[in-house]
Amino acid sequence: MNKRLVLAILLGLPMLAQAQTPEEKGLQIAKDADAFDSGFVDFTADMVMTLKNKKGQTSSRQIRIRTLEVQGDGDKSLSIFDEPADVKGTAMLTYSHGLEPDDQWLYLPAIKRVKRISSRNKSGPFMGSEFAFEDLGSQEVEKYTYKWLRDEPCGEFECYLIERVPAYKFSGYKRQLVWMDKEAYRLMRVEYFDRKNEPLKTLVATDYQQYLDRYWRAGKMEMTNHQNGKSTTLDWNNYQFKTGLTDNDFKSQTLKRAR
Amino acid sequence: MRTLLPWLLVAAVSTVQAVEFSGNVATELLLFTETERIAEQFDENLTISFQPKLSRSWNNRNDEIVVELFMRLDRRDDNRNHADVRELKWLHVDANQEWRVGIDSVFWGVTESQHLVDVINSIDQVEGIDGEDKLGQPMIHYTNIQDYGVFHVFILTGFREPTFHSPEGRLRLPLAVDEDQAQFESSDEEEHIDYALRYAHYIGDTEFGLSLFDGTSRDPEFSQGLDDDNQPVLIPFYPQMTQFGLDLQSIIGDWMWKLELIHRDQDSGSFTATTTGFEYTFYGILESAVDLGTLLEYSYEDRDENAGVFDNDLFAGLRFAFNDVQSSEILAGMIVDTDNQSRTFRVEANRRLGDSWKLTGELQFFSNIDADDPLSAYAQDDFILLELARYF
Repeated sequence: MNKRLVLAILLGLPMLAQAQTPEEKGLQIAKDADAFDSGFVDFTADMVMTLKNKKGQTSSRQIRIRTLEVQGDGDKSLSIFDEPADVKGTAMLTYSHGLEPDDQWLYLPAIKRVKRISSRNKSGPFMGSEFAFEDLGSQEVEKYTYKWLRDEPCGEFECYLIERVPAYKFSGYKRQLVWMDKEAYRLMRVEYFDRKNEPLKTLVATDYQQYLDRYWRAGKMEMTNHQNGKSTTLDWNNYQFKTGLTDNDFKSQTLKRAR
Repeated sequence: MRTLLPWLLVAAVSTVQAVEFSGNVATELLLFTETERIAEQFDENLTISFQPKLSRSWNNRNDEIVVELFMRLDRRDDNRNHADVRELKWLHVDANQEWRVGIDSVFWGVTESQHLVDVINSIDQVEGIDGEDKLGQPMIHYTNIQDYGVFHVFILTGFREPTFHSPEGRLRLPLAVDEDQAQFESSDEEEHIDYALRYAHYIGDTEFGLSLFDGTSRDPEFSQGLDDDNQPVLIPFYPQMTQFGLDLQSIIGDWMWKLELIHRDQDSGSFTATTTGFEYTFYGILESAVDLGTLLEYSYEDRDENAGVFDNDLFAGLRFAFNDVQSSEILAGMIVDTDNQSRTFRVEANRRLGDSWKLTGELQFFSNIDADDPLSAYAQDDFILLELARYF
């Protein structure tokens, strides 16, 4: 036997024994979660967004969401605003692209104008809420770098605890801690740290339901901002999968007739 | 078309379960800060407007009827005391094709300071001087959507004469406009059928559109004449025109570059006009959620000086988007004519109150207006406008 080969195998053995690094394991979990949720083709859902300020005063928005799965790229999604009444009929179309900036169009019904808009404002608040645009966007694997920290119980489940760092530009976060259950990769809790690494927000997702015997979606998401005392709750209803949406339902031209 | 309206309304309302109803009611207070130019004009005015919209879709949203009306009660400016059918159309969608038949409104273009390319609809000028209030235009509009772009064909069946303020109204031309004497180049007058084509597409971060319009210009030329009482008036003349248009917008980092370019051919001569510039946005200024956009646009046309407002003009503006619960916004801008230094300042601000009210404020000042500038008619029409609207 070649002496060099023997040496290589001997040197390599400890690496094999050690298996994955925490980074590799974190990435693997993210990939597994992505694979677990892929193949949904499309879905539609209704969302009620309730904003609550420090004094407990609330304000609400109603938005209908349509999403088309795109193989090999980020998903296409359409948001149609029903409330508040002054923005009724406004619609936003997003083609998400992993690390590249998303393509985004906004339809303004008052002047019937479709406007290409910049997707640069990742960290800005969505509709004045505690959700930033980047919190609601399509969560592609390549958008973060990952590090598995440990496994730990989370409520009734056993979770992976993963630290992820945004790899895309202009994020408002230094890092995020993500609790994801080991059985079905459901996102249970996310802690967001601002650019100065101070705790900023916590997202708790509950009321999960399974659709088509496979795809899990949260019925309720609550985002609490620890720095300003405000919170925003998303209540999701009427989830439907494989509804027959096509590429033509996600074109800037068709924004004008999105209902 | 008008006789069809009640029937469509009945048809839309009779199947109540699927009819969507929305719109707004608003009261507007308009205050002029300078003495009127002509004694009969007013200094302040309180008006009410109502804009209801009904729609009903069927066939899995592939068919829809939309009716949108607009009316304003104005006791002082008779021509502003008006109503219009903004939309009354049937939309049919078939895979990658769309048909719109009836009365509709179309927006083309990208720039903020003026809308050169946008020529399908006549302007409801009594509603505002920014060209964004439009009269419903009767049309057959066919759209074909391909991966390499969107094609539009418009057959515009009939002309809507733009609205003009009555003699008592402010923000009007130097003389009252006598619409009854309106003249047309085409012997078909208001019945002339106009055509338009448009192709629009995007490549990466660049959006572009090419358009062609052939028919009655929505932008009248004026001559002086006399009305029935032998009083001097302006008589509008609507020439036939052919207009080619290009609009382009490109997002490069925090910059948004914009260009509109037209070439218009009509009997009184052909001309080229352009508006080009950028919007640069500072996101989350001073560690807040506020975005600040800085806008700069330059407009030029090779028509005779003073034939149009934007003959050699610079627009500079600031746009604050507060990104708050009330969606507060402020847009402040200034337009300077670089030939004669005439200046216009304008501020628009709006904010939602509660869940269904909206408060809008506008302020416009005209300063150092040259006597030969088309804006000279407005030189004493500085105004403040407050509008409170209830949406439903």
